[in-house]
Formats: sequence, C-alpha cells, structure tokens
Amino acid sequence: MIDRLPPQPEEWILRDQPIRFRFEGRDYSGFAGDSISTALWANGVRVLGRSFKYHRPRGILSLADLDCNAVAEDGHSTNIRMDQTPIAEGKQLRAVNTWGGCERDVGQFMDWLSPFFPVGFYYKAFHTPRTLFPFYEKKMRQMAGLGRINPARPLTHSPKRYDFCDVLVVGSGPAGLSAAIAAAEQGLRVLLVEEQAQPGGTLCFQLSGEPEARALRRRLLERARSLVTLEIRTSTIVAGYYADHWVALIDAVRLTKLRTRAVVVATGCHEQPAVFRNNDLPGVMLASAAQRLVHQFAVRPCRAAVVLAANSEGYRAALDLVEAGTKVTLIADLRSEGERTPLGQKAEQAGLPIRSGYGVYEAVPGRGGRNVQAAILCPLAGDGAPRIRDSSQVACDAIVMSVGWAPADAILRQGGVRMAHDGTLEQLVPTEAPDGLFAAGRVNGIYALEDQLADGRRAGMEAAAFLGAHAPDTASRPQRRGPSPNHPFPIFSHPRGKNFVDFDEDLQLKDFKHAVQEGFDSIELLKRYSTFGMGPSQGKHSNLNAVRILARLRGENLNSTGVTTARPFTSPVSLGHLAGRIFSPHRQTPMHSEHQRLGARFMHVGNWLRPEYYARRDFSREEAIRTEVKAVRERAGLIDVGTLGKIEINGPDAAEFIERMYTARFAKLKVGATRYVLMCDESGVIIDDGVAARLAPNRFYVTTTTSGSDSVTREMKRWAIVWGLQVVLVNMTGAYAAMNLAGPVSRQVLEKQTDIDLSAGQFPYLGVREGMVAGIPARLLRVGFVGELGYEIHVRADSGLWVWNQIMEAGRSYGIQPFGVEAQRILRLEKSHVIIGQDSDGLTHPLEVGMEWALKMDKSFFVGQRSLEILGKKPLERQLVGFTLPADFGGPFPKECHLVIDGGEIAGRVTSVVFSPTLERTIGLAYVKPRQRQVGNRFWIRVDGGALVEATVVKTPFYDPDSLRQTQSSVLQEVS
Amino acid sequence: MKLLKCPVNGVRPIQEFAYGGLFRPMPDPKQASDQEWAYYVFNRAGEPGIKKEWWYHISSGTWFIAERDTLSDEIIRTYLYSEIKNSD
Repeated sequence: MIDRLPPQPEEWILRDQPIRFRFEGRDYSGFAGDSISTALWANGVRVLGRSFKYHRPRGILSLADLDCNAVAEDGHSTNIRMDQTPIAEGKQLRAVNTWGGCERDVGQFMDWLSPFFPVGFYYKAFHTPRTLFPFYEKKMRQMAGLGRINPARPLTHSPKRYDFCDVLVVGSGPAGLSAAIAAAEQGLRVLLVEEQAQPGGTLCFQLSGEPEARALRRRLLERARSLVTLEIRTSTIVAGYYADHWVALIDAVRLTKLRTRAVVVATGCHEQPAVFRNNDLPGVMLASAAQRLVHQFAVRPCRAAVVLAANSEGYRAALDLVEAGTKVTLIADLRSEGERTPLGQKAEQAGLPIRSGYGVYEAVPGRGGRNVQAAILCPLAGDGAPRIRDSSQVACDAIVMSVGWAPADAILRQGGVRMAHDGTLEQLVPTEAPDGLFAAGRVNGIYALEDQLADGRRAGMEAAAFLGAHAPDTASRPQRRGPSPNHPFPIFSHPRGKNFVDFDEDLQLKDFKHAVQEGFDSIELLKRYSTFGMGPSQGKHSNLNAVRILARLRGENLNSTGVTTARPFTSPVSLGHLAGRIFSPHRQTPMHSEHQRLGARFMHVGNWLRPEYYARRDFSREEAIRTEVKAVRERAGLIDVGTLGKIEINGPDAAEFIERMYTARFAKLKVGATRYVLMCDESGVIIDDGVAARLAPNRFYVTTTTSGSDSVTREMKRWAIVWGLQVVLVNMTGAYAAMNLAGPVSRQVLEKQTDIDLSAGQFPYLGVREGMVAGIPARLLRVGFVGELGYEIHVRADSGLWVWNQIMEAGRSYGIQPFGVEAQRILRLEKSHVIIGQDSDGLTHPLEVGMEWALKMDKSFFVGQRSLEILGKKPLERQLVGFTLPADFGGPFPKECHLVIDGGEIAGRVTSVVFSPTLERTIGLAYVKPRQRQVGNRFWIRVDGGALVEATVVKTPFYDPDSLRQTQSSVLQEVS
Repeated sequence: MKLLKCPVNGVRPIQEFAYGGLFRPMPDPKQASDQEWAYYVFNRAGEPGIKKEWWYHISSGTWFIAERDTLSDEIIRTYLYSEIKNSD
C-alpha cells in the first residue's frame, strides 16, 4: 500500500483488519472500511475502469457513488460500483467493459476512431439499409452494455421492509444532523438516512481538516445518539420520492418502503467537474474526492497536484493536500480577483504558488495515456476565454478541481419542489415546496457552516410545526449569501476535443454544439439526442454543465433553458432489489384436495384454480375429456362450480333492484323459481350473466360468472346507493361451495341423499329448493347449462368436501364421474350456450348474440335499456352463429380467434370451437356479417398457416334442439 | 404511494381503493334524446380540473365521492353519496 498515509484523525478504515482481494488478476490488500476504489488507489493503481464508448482509462472522479466508469464484476454480481462498495476478503474482481483487461484495453481503438462517431451517429448510420439491421444490432449489443450476467448465479430473494416515521431527514451533514436533532427533540420519530458509510456529510471530508469541525461532528452525533426517537441509517440511498411522502430506501440488502409524514432534504451538493481537454484522465479528480481519500481512507491522492479553484473549498483542499504530504505545484484560480478569505492568506503563507485569472486548458497524458504528466495553463481573458498564446506547462500527476457545486435536488424535484437559478450563488435553489417537504443546508443554497446548522434547525422545527408537534418556532431563516462557490462557466473549448462533459456516456463539448446545430436545442431534446445524463450517474456531473452550454449557445439565462425532469430512481438500483413475490392470491375451492386426489389438472380461471380435466391412466388429455363428456350425456357427472359468484340480495326493494340491474322481468317471479339473468352496462354491452333464484318475497340468491363476482357486487352496491333502494347485498362467493350434478341419472343419485322431493312435478326445471343434502342444509337449483337434467347444489363452504364425497359415493353404482372445465365447455357448446367473456367481448350487445329473448324492453328501466333501444334501431354489424365443419374434415383445425374471411376482408372471428364427441362433428360459434347468418350459408375461416377452411352455418342448439333432456327428464328417467 | 381518505374508514393507502369513474348524474332515459343519451354514455370531460369521482374502498365495500384536482392529483374532499343526494 504505497500510497497509504499515516493514521488520520477521523479515518474510516480499521487498520487492524487487513483484507485481501484480487482485481484484474492481481492480489491487493486494503483495510476494512476501504471501498474497492480506495484500496486500489492506496496500492498505486490508477486505472480503475474503462469508459463506455471510447474505452478511455478512468480513475477516481468523485468517490461519491458517482464514479460510473469504475465498475467491476465478481462473477456473481455485475455493475458493482467500486467507489462505494466495500472490499471483501477473497473477492475476485475485474473491470467491466474492457477487451483484454483494464490496463491495456484493446477497445481503446474506439478512442482513435472517435472523430468518425459524431453525436447521433447511431441514429443516422444504422437504420439503412434495413436488411442489415440484424447485423448492426448484434454488433451494437457487443459494443454496448456493461458487464456480463451470469445465468448460473444462484437465485437469491431480496427482502422488502415496510417502515414508518414522522420525519425523514435525508443527508447527515451539518444541516441534516441539526434538522434531525431539532425534530427529534420535539418527540417525533425521526429517521436520518445517510448514503455514505459514516454520518457527517461535509464534516467528514471537506471540513475534516479543521479540528473545530471534527469536534462539531462528534458533538452533533453524540446529541443525535442520545435521542431515543432518532434513528440513523447509513449506507442507505433515498432512491425515490412518491406521492404523499412515500419513499424508497435502498441499502446493500433490501428495498424499504417508508411512509413518513414529512421530509427534510439536506442532501447537500454534488461537486462539478471543469471541462477541459483530457479532463477524464486518471489523476484528474474533484477536490472533494481528494479530501475523501485523505480524511476518510488515509490514501494519498497524488504526489504533485495542480489545484484548479474557483472557490474557498479549493484552497481548503490544497491545504489538506499539503498537510497529507502532497506537493501542490500550483493553484490556478479561475477568478481574476483570487481568494479573499483567510484561507487565501493561509495558502499564501504556506508558500503555495497561486495564479489568479488562470485556467487549466488541457491535461497532458503520460506515456501510454493512462495518467497525468502535466497541466497546460492559460491566463483567462475578460470574457473567460483562455489566451492560448500565453499558455505554460506545469508538471504534475493530478489536477484537483474545485470549481463549484450543483444541488443534490433529485428528491426535492421528484417531490414537486420548483428550482430557480439564484444569480448571487450561481446555483439552482428551491422556491416553492409542497406541504411537508423542506430543504435545508447547501441544497437550499446555504453554505456557511453556522448558517447550515441554523437552517437545519429551522427546517426540523418547521417539519415539527407542520406535524402539529410544536408551536410554530421563531427559528430564524438564514439568508443565502455569497461569495458564490460556483463558477458560472468552467468550460474550455479545445480544437482537439476530448473535453468531456458527461463521463458516463463519453460526451464531449463539441457533441453538444453539434446536437444544438442539428436543432436539438431544448434541454429535453438535447438530452435524448446526445444521451447526456442518461448514464448510471443520471447526469449528476453533467446536467449543470449541459444546461450552461445550451444556455450560452442559445444566448439565454439558465432559468429559460430549464432543467431536465427528475424521476425515480436517483441512483442505480439493482433489479434484484425490486423483484418481488407475487401478492395476488390463488383461490382454491373446499374440494381442492379431493380434485388433486382424483388426478385433476388445474387451470387458472380468474384467480381461482379449477380442474381442467381429471387425468386417467392410459388416457390422453382429449380421451379423458371425452370420457367425462360421455359420462354426463349417458350417466351422471359432478363438477365443482364453487367459483361462481354468489350474491344474496335482501330487503323490501330486492325485486325492484334486480328488475333494474338485469334485463329480464322479476316482479312476478315465484318464490321457489329461478330465471336466467343477463347484465348489461350503460352502453348496452353484456357484462355478466347467471341465475337469480327467489328464496322469499324479499330475498334473492344470484349467481355471477367466476371472474365477475367482485365487479358485479361492486356495481350493484353503487347502483343500490344511487337508486336509494332498501337492499342489503352480501357477496357469499367464498362462503358457499357449489357443485353441479348433471346427467340422466342425476335424480336417482341425489334422491338417496336428500329429503327434498325431486319429482318433476314438485321440483321442475328452473326451480329452487332448500333442504338437506347428505345431512347438510343445502340450496338446490335445477339448471341446464350442460343440457342434461341437473342440480346445482350449494352448501356452506366447510361442508363442500363432505357433500361432494357423499354424492360421488351415491353415484358410484351409476358410473358417476367428476368432470372439469374443458368437458363443461364442450357440453355447453353442444347446447350453444354462450360464455360471457369468451363468446362475447367488450362491445357485444345482446342482439348480436341472439339474446333478444332475455331483454324485456317494455320494463320501465334496466341498466343498458336506453342504449339497447338505440342499438335496436340500427342494423346489426355482426351476428354470432353456430357452425359445423364437414363430418370428414381432417385439415388444419380452426381455433378460437381465427378470422372469418369474406371476399378477402375480415368478416368476423371464431369464439368457440370443439370436436363434439356426442355429435362426432366439429362445432363452434363465430361472429359473421349479418348477411352470412342464414342456416346453410357457408363461410371461410382462415386457420394457422393461412389456409381457408369452409364452415357451414347451422341451427343451434347443436344437440337436443328442443331441450327435452334438461326440462322433460321424466321421459328419460323411465328409459334409464 | 398515495393516501386516500375513505369517509367511513379514514386514511388508507390507495392500493385498497378502486376508481369508479367520473360521477355523472344520469339523465332521465325517457326524456333524453338519442344524442343526449349517447353523450351521457360515451363522453367524458377530459380537461383537467377539480372533478367529482366515484371511489370504492375494496376492503370494506364502501362507495364514496372524492373531489380531486386531476391536474395536481390533489384530493380536495371525500364524502358519501348521501351528501350529494341530500343537497339536491
């Protein structure tokens, strides 16, 4: 560790805990507390990564979680940000995005080719000829993207946490700490979140060279830790701010969804780079990065530095470097007046050569282009332009930049705070803020240390007052005051370029000029065309300079140029942190275990799991389904229909309510009778169907489709409120189990299990009866969905399994079989019963599916009636018809949604199609043009592969057209 | 995540609610012309502003009205439908 300094007063490393790791095939050692970048820098490694586009060597720039060119992979994870990730024992790391290693990357030829890749090159070059695009795409994918994903990596689940607090304070610098303390002193639950490994903010790097600042940090932390309602969470990023103070926190392990009641943002500023030729060489770094290296990690940043300064912080950094044993060759101050504070005098007294009104025009690379060998300095003319004729060269191995700051305002802006440019500070400062969101400290434009403390306290008190925890305080609001720490335009043009504005995306000054020349001259367009700010650091180093460049090119001020929109996340978040488990539940009926025992194959219907069919040994799926169909047609079958929606409607206005909700007439429906019900929306579109049973004059029991139970209940409740009817609606869907016993012998099977008189005279088709089944109180509905004599048996959910088993047992000697959803679909299609949602779509009205019989248009009102009146006056646009294929059909089989083609045009589509084992024909339902609907008409269906199959319109139902089997089953009874 | 105040159950996360569309009094179907009826069924005023909306608290089955500024997504007030009805 050749560049490790002697112990520093507040260093973060633990020297008694050495850690060994490998980077790019070489062994290195560091200490616990080191990040990968700092450990490597301590070992004299300067090239930490390669840039995205030109594969240029890059080192440390910010050391603030923004060095997005120093990114490694370890074979397990990729895109490990080295400036922020702690080293770990035995870790084997390599830089991403290199060809042949970080030190000697072959990809650097891209740098020499760069003149041939102007801004927008990809948009212009790679779209013609179109036939070559697959080739281009392959090449571009090879070139683009960082890191390789290891598909063999073991699956890990990242936990999620939900958390709550009264006040969230973001940032633990002087302002943040003081805000958190002020709020917690009012008894509020305060969470203080810090991105870095240790709390303290600028007190840990910028001001750490001053003993008073170190003492202040200790005092603040001591006070903070003494407050029981104040929690400090370090190494945690506030990644996103959402409505009503909902905040995403990201740490190494998890995503925390935090609900807070107020937020104080004391995030400080991001230091900004100067733009000059070769400003990306390893060794060119921000002053704050150099100070972090010295104070936090005890690493010597360089041997001989040129400090490029435009503020006091630059002088402080220069003095820190001298203190750490680094030679400061020169301070070049962009300001002609130089530094007028005591820090300036101190630097002079320390004998540091200072040149005011000078800028760095260029960094001269050493041999191999991987380090800095000298800086070329130019005096600046009155307008800030470098006087190149008077340039001079100064030997150095680092250029330390301290030219200004940009507020870390991402969270503020996501929260809806408006920022405006403050001319005194040359900085964006918050103007209006929504309720409960407060800014404090440097992000608020408050720079002096004592002002930051006061501003933090003020914000903490305001948050407390907002929450009513404290009478509004008289805490004074510090004023924003100069001198400005921010140079208005630290950007220097160079004929040979390589003066980078955006390091993530390798964008040079000329790229911005060209983009603007090509017309992309608004900030959002410029961003998308040049891709500035779209790299992993989200423009935290480039947005401000981009805005300055654009403002200057357009000759306007920064407020008119504006800024790009801030969106979550503020910082890259791994997908693993976001991936979650699916919260939507699967519902199972009470008979689920029995279905499993019987070999059921399940399918998802809504959020229910239903048996699709029951697998049988030595039978294919189709054969098994056919057997089930046959059992229902010839003997008896039992299907679990517990997933149907079941709603009880009670109250004096129950009949009137149903009358208005459904299309049929109910006022005269007898107690003990049921009726098919069809529900439309206000536009007349069919939305649901089912059966309504009248149990008592003021009591109805209504079934809905499986997926419709929630939405139908919801709509019913709304209409009940609007109409002001006296009804009580109870959704009983989960409370009742239901099964449909169907088939010619179903009466014999059920007879043994019930005290209800099942004789046709006493319990006719479409009747409803209540009584006992298998010793359990039950509700029986005589329905005919599958076209056979059938009883729907509804019992309490906890008795469902018992009753199912008793009926199966009773039916055993008759050859009863359980049947699934597939068999039911065939059975109902043989009867041409429509399934809402399958044979209807979001525009289907009853007239299109031949359900005029279900509409009682002469009723005084039902939902959709008025629209159906209007629709009835118009010619139909389509009609649902039944069709068959020829008996000997053997070609490619039509499927649901295959199109009906008429004269080369789309005329409709198939909605249901099956091979009917009963009729031994392929039957189906399809929408056709009304002119095609006559029985006997032929039409064409286009199947997979484009072939046309001829189908014939037939009369429906396909099977038992007079429905004798389900209604007059007494005849069949004698037969069986 | 947004918070919404159910007039019965108090402030709850928006996940517990379903949006029920704009609140629009239905014209008398017997009086309305076909055009008026079609306008009622199909047209929604899209311009931003303070709108009355139906919201449903799923967990408790409560319908209510929310007055929401659709430009700022700020909820001004929530109340039960009976309040509208009684003011008629």
